[in-house]
Amino acid sequence: MNSSAAIELVNITKTFGSVIANKNVSLTVNKGEILSILGENGSGKTTLMNMISGIYFPDDGKIFIDGEEVVISSPHDAFKYKIGMIHQHFKLVDIFTATENIILGNEDGGKYNPKKAVEKVREICELYGFEIDPTKKIYNMAVSEKQTVEIIKVLYRGADILILDEPTAVLTPQETEKLFNILRKMRDAGKAIIIITHKLNEVLELSDKVAVLRKGEYIGTVNTSETNESELTEMMVGKKISLNIERSTPIDPEDRLIVDGIDCKNREGVKLLDNVSFTARSGEILGIAGIAGSGQRELLEAIAGLQHLETGKILYNNPKTGNTDDLKDKTPLQIRELGVRLSFVPEDRLGMGLVGNMDIAENMMLRSYRKGKSLFLERKSPRDLAEHIISDLEVITPGVTTPVRRLSGGNIQKVLVGREIASAPTVLMAAYPVRGLDINSSYTIYNLLNQQKEKGVAVIFVGEDLDVLTELCDRIMVICGGKITGIVDGRTTTKEEIGLLMTNSHGGENSEQN
Amino acid sequence: MSKTNSGIAKEPLIHFTKRDDITGFKSVLWHGVGLLAGLIVCAVFIMLFTGLNPIEVYVKMFQGTFGGEVTRLKAIHHTAILLAISLAVTPAFKMKFWNIGAEGQVLIGALAAAYCMLQFGDTMEEPLLILTMFLTCMVAGMIWAMIPAIFKAIWNTNETLFTLMMNYVAITLVSYFIMVKDRSGRSDLGILNERTGYGYLPKLFGQDYLLNIAVVILITVLIFVYLKFSKQGYEIAVVGESQNTAKYIGINVKKVIIRTMAISGAICGIVGLMLVAGSPTPSLKEDIVGGMGFTAILVSWMAKFNPIIMVFVSALVVFLGDGGASATDALKIDSSVGEVLTAIIIFFIIGCEFFTRYKINFRKRQKGE
Repeated sequence: MNSSAAIELVNITKTFGSVIANKNVSLTVNKGEILSILGENGSGKTTLMNMISGIYFPDDGKIFIDGEEVVISSPHDAFKYKIGMIHQHFKLVDIFTATENIILGNEDGGKYNPKKAVEKVREICELYGFEIDPTKKIYNMAVSEKQTVEIIKVLYRGADILILDEPTAVLTPQETEKLFNILRKMRDAGKAIIIITHKLNEVLELSDKVAVLRKGEYIGTVNTSETNESELTEMMVGKKISLNIERSTPIDPEDRLIVDGIDCKNREGVKLLDNVSFTARSGEILGIAGIAGSGQRELLEAIAGLQHLETGKILYNNPKTGNTDDLKDKTPLQIRELGVRLSFVPEDRLGMGLVGNMDIAENMMLRSYRKGKSLFLERKSPRDLAEHIISDLEVITPGVTTPVRRLSGGNIQKVLVGREIASAPTVLMAAYPVRGLDINSSYTIYNLLNQQKEKGVAVIFVGEDLDVLTELCDRIMVICGGKITGIVDGRTTTKEEIGLLMTNSHGGENSEQN
Repeated sequence: MSKTNSGIAKEPLIHFTKRDDITGFKSVLWHGVGLLAGLIVCAVFIMLFTGLNPIEVYVKMFQGTFGGEVTRLKAIHHTAILLAISLAVTPAFKMKFWNIGAEGQVLIGALAAAYCMLQFGDTMEEPLLILTMFLTCMVAGMIWAMIPAIFKAIWNTNETLFTLMMNYVAITLVSYFIMVKDRSGRSDLGILNERTGYGYLPKLFGQDYLLNIAVVILITVLIFVYLKFSKQGYEIAVVGESQNTAKYIGINVKKVIIRTMAISGAICGIVGLMLVAGSPTPSLKEDIVGGMGFTAILVSWMAKFNPIIMVFVSALVVFLGDGGASATDALKIDSSVGEVLTAIIIFFIIGCEFFTRYKINFRKRQKGE
């Protein structure tokens, strides 16, 4: 056993029912090293990390820490072995300050001494270069600050092995850079760091070694300096694939949807959308970029008739009748009755777009069951549509009657997108349509969006990966705190420009730049 | 947590993992095992606390219900009524609307039936009277169920508390009605229209209760078809699974909630009619529903909202309840023994659900390496 190995896994296996989440995974992380665990969604990255942090228990295999075999059967044990995990979803008490959250549940035997704790938090911040006010309340914090609190929390408890689950998913490019600098400092201080991700550029930028998982199987570990993007992709997917997205020039764009000065408030009266105006054109993909929770969801829901609006107009130019209709404060049913063919792929697939416990055919029925005067359901055509989508989009499912919740994320998304496209829309809105999808499925979705664009559909695409947005979209609109901070040309903009717009909340004027 | 620092700590002795979906046959098997285990534990209980032969007790239970010549029809009728109430609450439950007010909804139907019998008994022709009773009972049950539904739909009030409280209002109304109508001073209305027979539901083939049973069979089929094949049934399922999805595809969630509760209430109202006018000795008492409104919740859940399985679950519950009572009566032991037996068996049947969802893994033997 290597003496500098902080943690070593040998032949770890974990199954859930008949699903193999991890099969014979072996890897080693040394002290003062950053290891990336790379793999597509469903490849078993998070399961593996949950076994190290005591949430799951492996069916088979051994874990060594500092060369000694250990059994981690609870998060308490993980803490004992100085393992700290920073989850994707933060576990913080909103009304507490940063320090209070950090010392919460920490049983070091000493008295509760907030002053001393604040001091210790400041020390940690200085050591690694965190920028945070230890007395700030969580509910006043931005996402990146909350993440910082989570990281300090595990450091405060003396963790030597840090596991970060998709830490950059919620960050802007600038914040990501900051986080990486901190992680490098920690590495230099001798910590072992494991970062779970599926973003290749981050892997190459940050880590020393990369371990690749594919469908629960351990493919291998390579040194970052000796590899490149296409080799890693091949390891991850199992075959060579091209990473280019084609982008055609829009043909005869017409103004299809004109959103004019809409405001939307939540129950507490906080503005979620503030004077939002833009135009979506036919035959064009309009990207929407922004930090998660900046109002993207409310904007799409407002257009779909699911949000009450204070002011403003949502005008739809009907290409068939030539009429212009205002969709504001209409219900989804009224919008359809106007002849507006609006399709919407919501962010929350199983919570809004589909019904998890129903099968594919029954989910097709969601859009079509009202047809006809009969009191009873017509099952034939949704079933045909379901079979059509399964074969066209290569949905992997045991059958048409399998509940959709049992499908993988990518297949669930194909079912949803397939249904929304099937109704021949003129406007297609998709919120994070590739979130959680593997590379192959993601490209299938991009192609579908491109096909719709070529058919003259006005596509609105809310994305989080700036690389994809800049490759796929004709125009990119940036939203920050419910305001539009800019609309840029997808062909000429840079990630840095978008990143700046994403955090700039006081640029009240909307600038149309093309 | 007793972890020794010296030596290697061991894997936990037992751990549970989630199963994939279980086949229908295996699920039935597990429930059978649960029933059997329940019967065995009951046998031990019977021997220890009463000294009787458990087999004898079980035989008496069967004779007291579905096995006895005289008791059979009563047991089937009891099953039918319980089944009807279970069916009534099911559409609401599928919508995740926790209606625990079936007791009151049935009672208000019973009150409506009694009112019509006394009020219109001598003013209407028999067929018109029956029709009036039918409609009044249905509307009464509907109103009772729709009040909490409207509050839920518009102000999002908690339906569980609301429907529960409506039960007590119904009981109080019945007490008041009895007090007003009572001429004998026994706080009891006795048998309604005993001399005239006004408003008694007609007998099918000259048999008591047979019409009620036939009506319940019809309701069972209707609810089964409604939930499985109708557009409204589909809307109920979607609203129950996710209100967000329902709104997303343009279902009017408020309307579905109110409409579904109206159906629940209407069926409950009809059950109230059957309990009063469908009995050979119609009467009205505060406890005429006898807690079946609550038992129905258990039946609906145990049957996983499937109307066909509900038939068997209702029969089982009646067998345990009525059978237990008649066995303890016949063997001259305390009636609470019967209740304990019911509780044990239902506990075991529900307990076995765990095994249909999870698999148990024991620690593997340590392999020498």
